[in-house]
Amino acid sequence: MNTREKEAYLREYSILKSQGKPFFPYSVAKDSIMAVVVMASIILMSLVLGAELGPKVDPTTTTYTPRPEWYFFFLFEVLRIIKPPSLTPLAAIGVPTIAMILLFLLPFYDRSPERRPERRPIAMAAAFFTIAAMAFLTYEGAHAGSPNQIDMEPPPAVLAAGGETLRMWEAGKQVVAQSGCLACHKIGENGNSLGPNLSEIGTTSSRQAIARTLVNPTAPMPSYAELAPEKRDALVEFLARLRGE
Amino acid sequence: MANLKPPLPRALRPQPKRPGEDDGKTKIGRKDKVAEKGISTLDWIDERTSLSGGARWLMFRKIPKGTNWFYTLGSATLFAFLSQAVTGVILAMYYDPSATRAYESMRYLTNEVFLGEFVRGMHKWGSSVMVILVFLHMGRTFFYGAYKYPRELNWVIGVVLLILTLFMSFTGYLLPFDQRSFWATTVGVAINGTGPLIGPYLNDFLRAGPEFGVTTLARFYALHMLVLPGAIVAMIGAHLYLVARLGTTAPPWMKAEIPADSRKDDA
Repeated sequence: MNTREKEAYLREYSILKSQGKPFFPYSVAKDSIMAVVVMASIILMSLVLGAELGPKVDPTTTTYTPRPEWYFFFLFEVLRIIKPPSLTPLAAIGVPTIAMILLFLLPFYDRSPERRPERRPIAMAAAFFTIAAMAFLTYEGAHAGSPNQIDMEPPPAVLAAGGETLRMWEAGKQVVAQSGCLACHKIGENGNSLGPNLSEIGTTSSRQAIARTLVNPTAPMPSYAELAPEKRDALVEFLARLRGE
Repeated sequence: MANLKPPLPRALRPQPKRPGEDDGKTKIGRKDKVAEKGISTLDWIDERTSLSGGARWLMFRKIPKGTNWFYTLGSATLFAFLSQAVTGVILAMYYDPSATRAYESMRYLTNEVFLGEFVRGMHKWGSSVMVILVFLHMGRTFFYGAYKYPRELNWVIGVVLLILTLFMSFTGYLLPFDQRSFWATTVGVAINGTGPLIGPYLNDFLRAGPEFGVTTLARFYALHMLVLPGAIVAMIGAHLYLVARLGTTAPPWMKAEIPADSRKDDA
């Protein structure tokens, strides 16, 4: 906007303003009605949806759903979509940061004096794309399978062995699903890419090494020393059988 | 000797009776006395603060014609924030920010205290309402082009308020200290940690150490209760000042009708 356009706007605006009505009581009345609507919605939501407390925190526990508040679902989904671990920092911090910087600097790169939406096609297209993307990602994030689920068939070796081995493997799979490993680790097609991928952990680590790591892990992974011994044995058995088959 | 009192403001001076109006027997009612007390109190304050000019400037500024219901979204957001502040103070009266007792204090509030779950529900769902209103308010500003000259700075402050609101939600999520909040926050902090350059430092700062521990809760509590609300209040003050200073935008399709007499002057 150059000086002439600025002055034209200010002139136009001062006329519009002088023809308007005072803030009190006209706008205050509308705002008050809106405030009553907001208050009523909050009270209604509190009464209908309630606020029950979940189970008490337990860092080494079995069932939990690490889900954020619903308005962070889109961010969660961005993380799930961008798979390669090398791109995870980009997804987690890069995309939101870039979006925030673009939002922050909006008045400095969109300098045209035009204000009518129908004459700002680029701005409108960008806005509708952003809204659609966020709505889609929120929807997908809301319907994403809980990280407690794990779809996996026993590998041939385990099936062949059958009996006790198969039982241990299934029990280990259950422990993995319940202990929240997939919140950070990827196993096959399941889980997130925050921590190391465990799909082929059996080829690189021995049973002893896996057991050691579970008890005494590197931060930020929580220790699973509190896990019952038979659960931990099953977990180790399951993990050691992961050979990318 | 009776005239030592200072002169009364004109509005309060006793008016001479109109002929035939009454016979001078009207009594000053209780209502009039109360009104007079109120006016004199306001005068006393105004004499010492000169606030009335600012209040008049704020309340009786003109709003351009054509404004519609979308223009109430900003004040609705402010109202949601005030609701969060009030319910938050009530929650703080019962909350114990120690890792061992936080959950117990919230359980007590939810299950034992009269209307405890109701107030907690208002705070919990009020945060959703506030986030929705922030986004709607931002959408109105965007579609109406209200972020353009001369209101660029107010847009920037608004984006800061959006970020502060989201941080508020993130830090508040941990405080009930149940399974859900603990694990969601663990993952959220880990996500922060993967960020480039400052990621690991931000991670350590949020967790108050290399691992998620007892001090993490105290840190989130301080951020949620002191730092972020203080910053939000300051930013809202600046935001509102600029709104009053620069004026509410007119809808973009409003065209000013040049008054007929001024057109004559131009000719």
